[in-house]
Amino acid sequence: MEFFRIKRDIPFMRYALIFNVISIITFLIAVGSLAVRGLNFGVDFTGGTVMEVNYAQPADLGKVRETLARLGFSEASVQNFGTTRDVLIRLPVKQGVTSAKLSELVMQELKQEDKSAEARRVEFVGPQVGRELFESGALALLFVCIGIVVYLWLRFEWKFGVAAIVANLHDVVIIVGFFSIFQWEFSLPVLAAVLAILGYSVNESVVVFDRVRETFRNRKMRNRSVPEILDHAITATMSRTMITHGSTQMMVCAMLVFGGETLFYFALALTIGILFGIYSSVLVASPIVMWLGVSREDLAKPEKKPEAEAVV
Amino acid sequence: MNRYPLWKNLVIVIALVLGFVYALPNLYGEVPAVQVSPLKVGLKADANLMNRVEEMLKNANLAANGIFLEQTSVKARFADTDTQLKAKELLQSRLGDDYVVALNLLSNSPWWLTAINARPMYLGLDLRGGVHFLLQVDMKAALAKRMDAFVGDIRGLLREKRIQYSGVTREGQTITVRFRDAATREKGLAEIQKMLPDLELRSVDEGNEYRIVGTLKLEAQRQTEKFAVDQNITTLRNRVNELGVAEPIIQQQGSDRVVVQLPGVQDTAKAKDILGRTATLEIRMVEAHANDPGARDYDPQKVQQAINGQVPFGTELFYMQREGAKEALLLSRQVVITGDRLTDASPGFDQTDNRPIVSVTLDGQGARVFQQVTREAVKRRMAILLIDRGKPEVLTAPVIQSELGARFQITGFRSTEETKDLALLLRAGALAAPMEIVEERTVGPSLGAENIRIGFNSALYGFTVIAGFMVVYYLVFGVFSILALAANVLFLVALLSMLQATLTLPGMAGIALTIGMAIDANVLINERIREELRNGNSPQAAIASGYDRAWGTILDSNITTLIAGLALFAFGSGPVKGFAVVLCLGILTSIFSAVMVSRGIANFYYGRRRRLDRISIGQVWRPAETKR
Repeated sequence: MEFFRIKRDIPFMRYALIFNVISIITFLIAVGSLAVRGLNFGVDFTGGTVMEVNYAQPADLGKVRETLARLGFSEASVQNFGTTRDVLIRLPVKQGVTSAKLSELVMQELKQEDKSAEARRVEFVGPQVGRELFESGALALLFVCIGIVVYLWLRFEWKFGVAAIVANLHDVVIIVGFFSIFQWEFSLPVLAAVLAILGYSVNESVVVFDRVRETFRNRKMRNRSVPEILDHAITATMSRTMITHGSTQMMVCAMLVFGGETLFYFALALTIGILFGIYSSVLVASPIVMWLGVSREDLAKPEKKPEAEAVV
Repeated sequence: MNRYPLWKNLVIVIALVLGFVYALPNLYGEVPAVQVSPLKVGLKADANLMNRVEEMLKNANLAANGIFLEQTSVKARFADTDTQLKAKELLQSRLGDDYVVALNLLSNSPWWLTAINARPMYLGLDLRGGVHFLLQVDMKAALAKRMDAFVGDIRGLLREKRIQYSGVTREGQTITVRFRDAATREKGLAEIQKMLPDLELRSVDEGNEYRIVGTLKLEAQRQTEKFAVDQNITTLRNRVNELGVAEPIIQQQGSDRVVVQLPGVQDTAKAKDILGRTATLEIRMVEAHANDPGARDYDPQKVQQAINGQVPFGTELFYMQREGAKEALLLSRQVVITGDRLTDASPGFDQTDNRPIVSVTLDGQGARVFQQVTREAVKRRMAILLIDRGKPEVLTAPVIQSELGARFQITGFRSTEETKDLALLLRAGALAAPMEIVEERTVGPSLGAENIRIGFNSALYGFTVIAGFMVVYYLVFGVFSILALAANVLFLVALLSMLQATLTLPGMAGIALTIGMAIDANVLINERIREELRNGNSPQAAIASGYDRAWGTILDSNITTLIAGLALFAFGSGPVKGFAVVLCLGILTSIFSAVMVSRGIANFYYGRRRRLDRISIGQVWRPAETKR
């Protein structure tokens, strides 16, 4: 069985400009959305309380809201979580009330309304801790970017390092943009997924670059121009790229289906990352490398000097 | 040509066997158990305790599957949670307050597995259910309290030395002492510096006032902060014992925070309430005792009368526990010193005869009161009480040898262990710095079990689908890849079990993700082999060059993901850290299994055939020859 019956190298680089323009447009849309609508940060970053309450029968959200308003939480967010019997309550940080009392208080009131109310999960994050988690996340992102550029610089050449990071940060911005446009909850696990995708995405670019390097060094390809070499590399690895992404996506689909609410956004971030990863690593990284002016000399092995001196 | 040297094959086999053995405990699961630990200083978990537990259970007809003695506790396994609960109640009521009986889950692995330290993975709170708190110590308050104590000390000192001063106050973190003229100030400076070396003093002239401004030296500040956190941790530990939680985690995090994790705790309200309490210390005079004829107030008759019910006015009867025997003491109701006068307690050795002692330091006011009282009380006994959970308890009742001041020694210990424990307890009894809950995560047990199911199912179904695809697409080489992938998961589980790394729900997602990413290496290899065949190489050569060529690429791509994993580990916390650990370990195991294990299997299957015509790697599609 062979899905990828490709007779000749597909001339990707001919359309390099179009790909780059598309990238820039999607990038701008993402950034625009982030600027205008911002992200729906989860409790991990903003601080506040999240409670997952389970009832024996379908919950009356209106009554829950009333109860919370009575306690002084008119800005509480109350919604169903998975099934109609599960309710997710989000309470913003309230000055002067310690969390210890808070969740107990709320549960007491809810139990009075309906005896079957049971708290399945409570999370409270103080505002300071939330800020720290946010900063740690940003630092982690920075560290990963620098680490990857340095590593690729060592293994290949700086142009590849820069191209890989730009292409894959593009990935990250797209994922975050999606979360911003649809206002999905951006929590710590989602950030973890984004960082994992960054690493995974660079994975792709490396495979292509590796092929590029090998092709440059291949005697048979000596006459080919840089775009042609890039085309050849991409085409040759096309099969592997699609199958790997397909496999990883199958695993993530299992998570989407069986993971329940908890893993949902995590798996969603991974899905977007995997799909756009194909695009960015192949069709964004290579054009950038081309624009940066990569040439055979950048990757050539230091040649042994021919023994011209032997001739006396 | 494609033969692995013997040592390489051996490495693979040994790795597989080790992986299997260390991953095995996870299959055995865990059984309900009960854990008995001594609460009191001086009581140990020993064979004696084990026998008592065994007998009690036998007499009550509660069958235990096994009873073990461990370093700090005795554990007993049961067949089901009903027996477990009954046993817990029975043991707690019989053993009384000296021991705490907690519910626990023990691994059900056979003895030979536990002997080599093979344990199941350590489940995080989101998989086990339980409570996680992050508490922040109010350092400012702790420092302020220390400074306040100094203010009292300085006042007392200056008065004693008859040095005139116009005022001593504390503003924020500085103390200001005001004098009327420079000469008195110099005298005051010298005395204060002598008594309080931890203060950094500066002379400041302001208007017609001559001042000394004092701040805590940096070293002393850090020490105070450390003490505050240590004291709090000890107090918390005592509190947590009361809850009957098995394997609680109480650790310092950073310079001023404490993490408390209580797996399996359901009643979070009670947990929070208990964590918030503190214990205090009291010192009272002994009115009558029946133990030591050499000391004053030796009055066994009075003591006996009190035991029989006639307690004289103004006194209270207490029992002190010392090495198994209970001693009755009649104490005055009046409290001489309370715990907040205690600034330090540390274990040490007597200067003259090297006996183990505990050295106690009181603050200025406490010292003065103490001095007055002990001046007239030489040869009397004084009792040191710990007020714990509202119940006062006599820790020790030494004989006063001489007039005591700010520092005094408590003697009469048998071992340095006792002195260390008591010093810690005394410090814990002293008021700890206030703490505030800054982060809390609670997961109910039902959610915990469900999370395990979710994680496991995702991984399982994902693996099955990928396996199906690989076999159909790459045929026999697909089988090799799947076997390598299975080995990968095995190694990962074994490593996590060996390292006892915490497994969280994102961690299980990490396992699933690792499977998805690990397949990449195998796809690379297979595609490369197909390409070699397409270019016309012989099958054996194709296999060899396929693996060789792919190795560099696999290394590069996995290392970049590893960088991301390491960053997540360094900057992440809690569940995210669990994810990062699994990711990093997964990358390492997948490099090993994709290249070595997979190649080993391929070599084993195909390597021996000298003349290999075709290998089963699915369809190797060759572009049609151009027609002539």
